This record gives sequence, structure tokens and C-alpha cells, in this order.
Amino acid sequence: MAKYSVVGKRIPRIDALSKVTGTAIYSGDVTLPDMLYGKVCRSPHAHAIIRRLDVTKARSLEGVMAVITASDVPGYKNRSPLLLVEMPHLAQEKVVYAAQPVAVVAATSIEIAEKAVGLIEVEYEELPPVLDVLESMKPETPPIYPDLYTNFIARPPTDKDSKPSNIAYHISVNRGDLEAGFREADLIIENTFRTQPIHHGYLEPFAAVAKADVNGKVTIWTQTQGVFTARQMIAEFLGLPPTQVKLVPVEIGGAFGGKSYLPLAPLCALLAMKTGRPVRMEMSRDEVLRDGRPAPGSVTTIKIGVTKKGYITAASATFIYDAGGFPEMSHTMFVRGNTFSQYKIPNIKIEAFDVLTNTVPVTYYRAPSTPQSHFAIESQMDLISRALGMDPLQFRIQNSTAEGDTTPSGEILPKVGFKETLERMAEYLRQKGSLQGENRGRGVACGFWHGAAGSFGAYVNVNIDGTVTLVIGVTDVSGSRTSIAQIVAEEFGIPMEAVSIVVGDTDTAPWSSPSVGSQTIYSLSHAVYRACQDAKDQLRRLASPRLGVPASEIEFANGQAIFKGDTQKSIPLAALGRSSLGFRGEGPIVGRGSIAGLPPAPSVAVHAVDVEVDKETGKVKVLSYAVAQDVGLAINPMSIEGQIQGAVTQGIGWALMEGYVFDRGKVQNTTFLDYRMPTATDVPMIDTMLVEVGSTTGIYGLRHVGEPPMVGTLAAVANAIHSATGVRLKTLPMTPEAILKGIKKQGKS
Amino acid sequence: MTSTRSIGKFEYKKPGSLRTTLRILSNKGADARILAGGTDLIPQIKQGQISPSLVLDVKNVPELNRLDWNEDRGLRIGAAVPLSKLLTFVAISERYSILAQACSVIGSMQIRNRGTIGGNICNAAPSADSAPALLCLGARAIVASKNGNRKINLDDFFMAPGKTSIGADELLVEIEVPTPPAHSAGCYMRHTTREEMDIAVAGVASFLTIAPRSKKLKEVRIALGAVAPTPLRVHGAEALLIGKSVTERIIEEVAEEAAEEAKPISDIRASAEYRRELVKVLTRRTLWKSCEMLGIEIQR
Repeated sequence: MAKYSVVGKRIPRIDALSKVTGTAIYSGDVTLPDMLYGKVCRSPHAHAIIRRLDVTKARSLEGVMAVITASDVPGYKNRSPLLLVEMPHLAQEKVVYAAQPVAVVAATSIEIAEKAVGLIEVEYEELPPVLDVLESMKPETPPIYPDLYTNFIARPPTDKDSKPSNIAYHISVNRGDLEAGFREADLIIENTFRTQPIHHGYLEPFAAVAKADVNGKVTIWTQTQGVFTARQMIAEFLGLPPTQVKLVPVEIGGAFGGKSYLPLAPLCALLAMKTGRPVRMEMSRDEVLRDGRPAPGSVTTIKIGVTKKGYITAASATFIYDAGGFPEMSHTMFVRGNTFSQYKIPNIKIEAFDVLTNTVPVTYYRAPSTPQSHFAIESQMDLISRALGMDPLQFRIQNSTAEGDTTPSGEILPKVGFKETLERMAEYLRQKGSLQGENRGRGVACGFWHGAAGSFGAYVNVNIDGTVTLVIGVTDVSGSRTSIAQIVAEEFGIPMEAVSIVVGDTDTAPWSSPSVGSQTIYSLSHAVYRACQDAKDQLRRLASPRLGVPASEIEFANGQAIFKGDTQKSIPLAALGRSSLGFRGEGPIVGRGSIAGLPPAPSVAVHAVDVEVDKETGKVKVLSYAVAQDVGLAINPMSIEGQIQGAVTQGIGWALMEGYVFDRGKVQNTTFLDYRMPTATDVPMIDTMLVEVGSTTGIYGLRHVGEPPMVGTLAAVANAIHSATGVRLKTLPMTPEAILKGIKKQGKS
Repeated sequence: MTSTRSIGKFEYKKPGSLRTTLRILSNKGADARILAGGTDLIPQIKQGQISPSLVLDVKNVPELNRLDWNEDRGLRIGAAVPLSKLLTFVAISERYSILAQACSVIGSMQIRNRGTIGGNICNAAPSADSAPALLCLGARAIVASKNGNRKINLDDFFMAPGKTSIGADELLVEIEVPTPPAHSAGCYMRHTTREEMDIAVAGVASFLTIAPRSKKLKEVRIALGAVAPTPLRVHGAEALLIGKSVTERIIEEVAEEAAEEAKPISDIRASAEYRRELVKVLTRRTLWKSCEMLGIEIQR
């Protein structure tokens, strides 16, 4: 992109040095004088009534400063806890998942806090746990909550016939005439696919430090993807007005959607309020794996009809997501916008359900609901192309949607590079040639992510040395500071080194939506761009009389304000910065910008993977992997390549080895030895192709980039295993044992 | 399910001589745990599996840091020698490739920088990667107490998961590995779900010695890991090969016999059935590879 000087450049992350040298400050690094240590007492049962809860012994232990239970939570007064989202749910009458918090202790040392937890007496009456979504959905299964009705959480619908249910949410979509569509089809294939609950695998366990000052204001240091949403949620839990709570941003050691959940911060804050002393809480890895929320497992039944020539005539699908013990993090709400949008399907029916079970509640993980749904859709597309004898990419190209098509959600698609991206991959594979060798196979898949957009504000200060400081309220989970700094540098015509970024706390920074849904750079860049234009207008007004040219004829490059007609007429930003403060100045140059209500810029990523399967052990070796993705415009190609490679690595883990192992609802594999994620030795170099079909709504044409590359991985790997072995696996993870079983079964038949 | 908590109070001693160490063990051995690399011990303490009142650090004991080789006595590895140091010892790569191979897959680089081969066998995990290779090589554990030394054949060393035949007042000083005879070769193979930083779901070491003229097998050792309460040799399978010329069919029979002799369990890492299958596959592969190393042509 020759038309930009900093945007589009491969620039190392500005936070890299502090992170690799260990000087960056994370939640667990914060230490305050007279600090206490908090520890959670957790339920050993997946489903039980609490008959008695006695904390007297724990309270009287020397060094214990406070013990709190649900009755101490101000936010629970006169309100169902089902309405408090992304919070730890301190158990009230019953526990609904193993490891659910029952009480919390603050003590002068962590050893005393642990000892006190052991002194808390709880009598449980165990109830049979509901562990399977299909079982849980049945009308005869007793509901986990008496006040939960489908789509009506904690407030019964007026319809007198409704009964409480374990189905928290249900959506359905009907377009066209499904029956007629299937009648037109020459081939109809139906299958059921299953995925397992999965952990994000962020390196940094949860931690929080909180203190309450003499006026009752509470300050919290904790890792969160959104300081303002966290402030809101914690304030509700504490029964305080939002501005009585202050969130201070710290570095985040990996989030991927998992760090909107605040398992410690509200408890820590309440302990600080009770004791009047600062409190720190940290989770062990074991606690993270038991109560750091996973992405949901799913059961998907899908039916697609096609003509002999390979045109889709109809599709129906039922997506069921295992919500775990609480209903708050709905995945069905993402189904409408994110399934079947990349293909033209005239007749369609979608049903989606969030179903409660007595397992750890779920949260969002990199493109929530969508890798699961695409495992089914893209496996099914592969099976159809095999049945038709068509090239899988050509089959997809032939059915791909275009600008102006209506998606299942009824939305008119903006321009998205479906065809361009699929064709780019087809070209790549043509050049690569077909895969040679025994027991090897290639799989392709296509992933779609609709994207999200939020409300963001930004301030820029032009400093007296000509540098620019940007103040935002966005915590950086993926290199966002670097990309945003590139935009600021581009707009002011200054080098990267002249831009500094301050991530403010909730008292000083402008409001920001959380860093989720791949919305951060996409939305924030608008606010920042506007703040830059605002400041540039002020600079032009200052420069215009000095240069003797009209303000509208001034542009910015090389740290100068320059007259477009004669580049000899220029003045350094530093001089303008200084003069703004002088007698003839207008005061400090402060630009501000805000954005809300931006339509998303959907993105598509196409995957191709080559694998080799050991036919005697079932072990899969990923030989090579390539992704082509429409990124709109790459602000920092290196950063996007890293995002794609990271997402694919996570997807390979999801496909081949990761997964929670439960025994009666209790997580059994609570270490990174047995919750097995891939290492560098399990993945090849992942090739990336950045396709730049500019969006009409993003600054410079950019699109959402972080989540799309996760979506297609699961099916791509499954399709490659099918090519290599002839075995179709419809349940994840595709472990060596499962693959070998498939190979042996095939040998018999 | 493991749950980490803060470590309870214990006494820590780091004696500088074998004599002092053995004296302490004779008094307090029952409550003590030996610390070398700590890569197994510290997680076990953190997870509350054990709570020793004394942790005895043996890294400063000179006898436990010995690492030497000569033709007659073979290899002597001090029990506290870190794996990474062992792996850079020239005699290992020249004469004990099977052991080098097994030790190089233990844990990760960081673990191998701390962890020791002594710890790997004293921890007595059924999946200890060094154990099948050491069993194949006829290794002996030199164990000392206040009352003197004794040698334990590795075949008699492992008693149960986490249990060895070392007494509470005894200390593993070194591991003695005889120099492999001429015309011998072997290898270790394991199956893990993840390529590295993982624990063997099943591991097999095979070690063959041939009579140079007849090309018949003079001595055969096959040892398994992670498929029984202890690492074990499969004597029945070994016997099928001794004195024979190698054929594809015999290898197949031996592989099946090895799988038969394994006593695997089902756990969160794999089912017993799958482990048994892996023993068959890995036994076959290690035998083929060992034959290849010896230049034996396998009759089809």
C-alpha cells in the first residue's frame, strides 16, 4: 500500500520489550501495603442443596479478617443472581456446578486463608447432576432453576402455560420453503456433529487486587477485556453507583474471550470493603481449569440438499450449546449472524438452543459459537463435494454469496471478499500441486465471522515537542496499541516513536466497549481517526496565519504542517504545539473523537491443511497449513499473520487433542499436562495470505481480523483426516485413539 | 484431581558429604524426601500428595555428581546428574544411544536442565522414559546406607507406582550401566498425543545382540513403560526371539506376546485396549529399527 507511510507496515508490537523482559505489570504483580490474601471455598459437588453453611470456626481463626457468603453480597438483595453476568456466583440455596464458590476468606497470609477455607463447614444434600444437553432438554428432566423459563431468565412469562426449563435460550430462523427446497435436491445428506468444552489456554491465571478508600470508593487492578463493562458489573455486585468503582488497567497475559469473566475481582472488592484493607486474590492453574469458564461443547444436526450440478437448494440445522450451570453467556445469539452466511441457500431453517447442565458455566472464546457450528457446516460441505465428485473449493466458490445477498438473519450483505478469498486459495493450491505420499490427505474449509462493533472514545494531545499522546480506555489483548499507534502516526505524518499511547483507568479514559468480537481496531480506529482530524483542524488553524495559506490547504508529513501548493512553506508540529500555549494560541491542542453504531464488516477465511496419519497409532501429523483471509486492509501485516497463526494453532488443539474430561460433572484434567494444548512441535509453519477487499465501513477499508481465522480450522483438519484415511470423524477431539478406532472399523466393513 | 496449595513447613538440609547424608537418613529417613532436580518432588508437595517434614537436598554430595565411563566398569551416572548434562556426555551418544534417546524426550528442555536420571527412576512412575532403556541395558542401582552399599538390578528395582526397593534409610548414589556388548543395538519409541512435553501413553525399548556369523539373536531385551504398575521387561516375548534368525513373522509374534504381557489400565490419557495396541505397534517398530541398526535383513 504505497499510499500510506506507516499504515500497512510490519511493525513489532510496542509492548513486546516490556513483556519479554518481565517489566510489564500484570494483575498478580500489584502489591499494596497491609495487603490481605483472599481464597475461595468451592463446592465439591456438581449439584447439591446446601443444608448448612457455618463459617464461625473459619472466622475465629487467628489472622482471618473476613469471611463472606452469598448473604453478604449487596447485589443479590431483591434480585435473582441469574441476572448478574460474568460474575462468580456465590452459591445461595444450592450449588449447580463443581467448584462453584460457596464462601470467600480474607486473611493476613495465604496459608491462613487456605486453612480457614478448610474450617468452613458445609453440609450438602447431593442431587443427581444433569450432565448431557440432550437429556437436559427433555421435558421430564427436572429444571435446575425453578425461575428459569426459555428466553425469560428469572422473570416468568405472562403465558400461564409456560413451565421452567433447562433450555435458557432458543432461537429459530425460517426463510423460504424448506420442504420445497429439499424436493428440488438430487442429494440430501444429514449428520450429527459433536464438539467438547474447550479452554482458552491463556498463560496468565486470574488475579485481582482491590482496595476501598475512606470515602467508600473501590479501586481494582485486574485483567479484563473491558474496564468499563467490568466496572459496571462489579458495581452491581457491590451495590454501588458505577463511578464509585474504579478499574485500573493492567497488562493481560492472554484472554481470547475468557477474560470478560471476573471470577475474583468482585469478591476481592467486597473483601476490601469489609476489611478496610487491600486484598489480593489469585487463582491457581487448577482453579482456572475448574472455574475459569470454557467454551461450550455442542451437538449439531445438519441437513443439506444439493442439485446434481452442486447448487444448494435447502439447509436445516439444529445447534445445541452446553451452557453449563448458568444461563448468562448465550451462544445461540451468535448463530443467526454467523451461520450459512457465506453460501447462497434459498430455503433455510435454523434452530439453536443454550441448554443448562451441572457443569462449569461457559463463556466466549474466539468467535463464540462459530467454530462449533462451522465444524458441522464445513464437514458437511466436504461430504457433499465428495458425494458429487466436485472439487471442494469449486463447490464453495459456486455457492458463495455476494454483496447484496440476504443472510439467514435477514441482513443484506455488504461487500465481502468471499470469491476473492476462495479463489486466492484455489490458486495457491494449484501452484502447490496435489499432495503426494501414502496416508496423506488435504482438507479445506471456509469460515465466516460477522463481527461486532462497539462504542469508543479517544483523546489526542499534541505535545510541545511535536509528539502525540493518545488516551484510550481499551485494554490491549492482541496488539491493538501498536496498530492504533500506526494510525495516529499516519494521520499526523510523524514516526511511530513520536506516538505514545496511554490506556487510562475508568476515571480518566473515555468510555470504551470491551475488546471482544474483533471489534477493537475496527471501531476504535474510527474514534481515533476522528480525534486526529479534530486535533489536525486545530493545528491547521494555528499554522494558517503563520504560513499565510488557507487552513484547508495544509497537510501533515515528516513532523510538519505543510502547504499543499508549496512544500517549502512548512512549520514543525513542535513549534505549533508550543505556540498553542502562548499568548496568541488557543490553548492546548486536544482532539477528541467518538464512535457508536457502526455496521460490522464481516470477514471470511479459507483454510487448507495437509496431514499425514499414522495408520497403526492414529496419530496425526500436520504437514502444512495455509489460510487466506479477507482482512480489508492490513494495518500491520505482521500482527495479523500472528493472529492467524495463533488462531490456527488453537484450532488444531481443539480439533486433535484438547478437551475437558469430566467425571460426574467434575473436571478431571486440571493441569496443562492433561489439558493438552499443542506446542510449537505440533504445528507446521502456517502460511498466510492477506486478501485486501476493502470494506466500505472501516477506516482505510479495514475489517475484523482476530476471530475469523479460528472458525474454519476444526473442519479443515477433519476433512484432511478423511482424505488421508477415508475415516470421517464427527466428534471432537479427533484423538489418535478415536482415529485408530475408525481405521479399524473401516477395515472390518 | 490435583489442587495446588501453599507448601507446608518443612526442614531443609543440604549436606556436603555422603556420610552426613546417610547419617541423617538413618535417623530421619522415614520422614525425609530426597531433593535433586525437584521436578517431580516439588509439584507433589504443592499438590499435597506428600508432606515431608524434611527435604534433603543431595545436589552437593560429590558421589552423586559423578559421571564417567570406562570399558570395564561401564557408565556410572551419579544420581543427581542433570539429564541435560548426561545428554552432552560423549560416551552416551557414542555407546548408549538408546539411553540418550530415552532421556532426550523427558519433559522439556527446562525440565531436563533440572531433572535427573536418578529422580526419574526413584519417582518410579510407570511412564518414566529412562526406565525401559535402562532395563534393556541391564543397569544396576548402587544404593548406600550407614551400613554399607548394595547393588540392585533394575529388574528388581520398581515395586509399584511411586515405590522402589530402596529402604527409608538408603540413598541412590549412582546408576551403573554396563558397556553394551559388541554387535548390539536398540532403540526406544513412545506414543504421546502431543509431540513434546508430554507423558508416554506407552513406551517400548528393544535391545538386540547378535552372533556376528550366524546373524542369530544371542540376547534380546524388550521393556515396556506406562502399560503396567511398573516399567517391566516382557520375558516371554524376549524368549521367542533368542537363538532365532529374525523374520517378519517372528517379529509379529513377539509384538503380540509383548502386548499380551502388558498390564495396562484405562485412564484419562488412554484406554487399556489402545495401550495394548500401542505396545504391539511400538514393539514391532523398535525391533525393525534395531535390526536395521544392526544391518540384519529381516526375512519376509
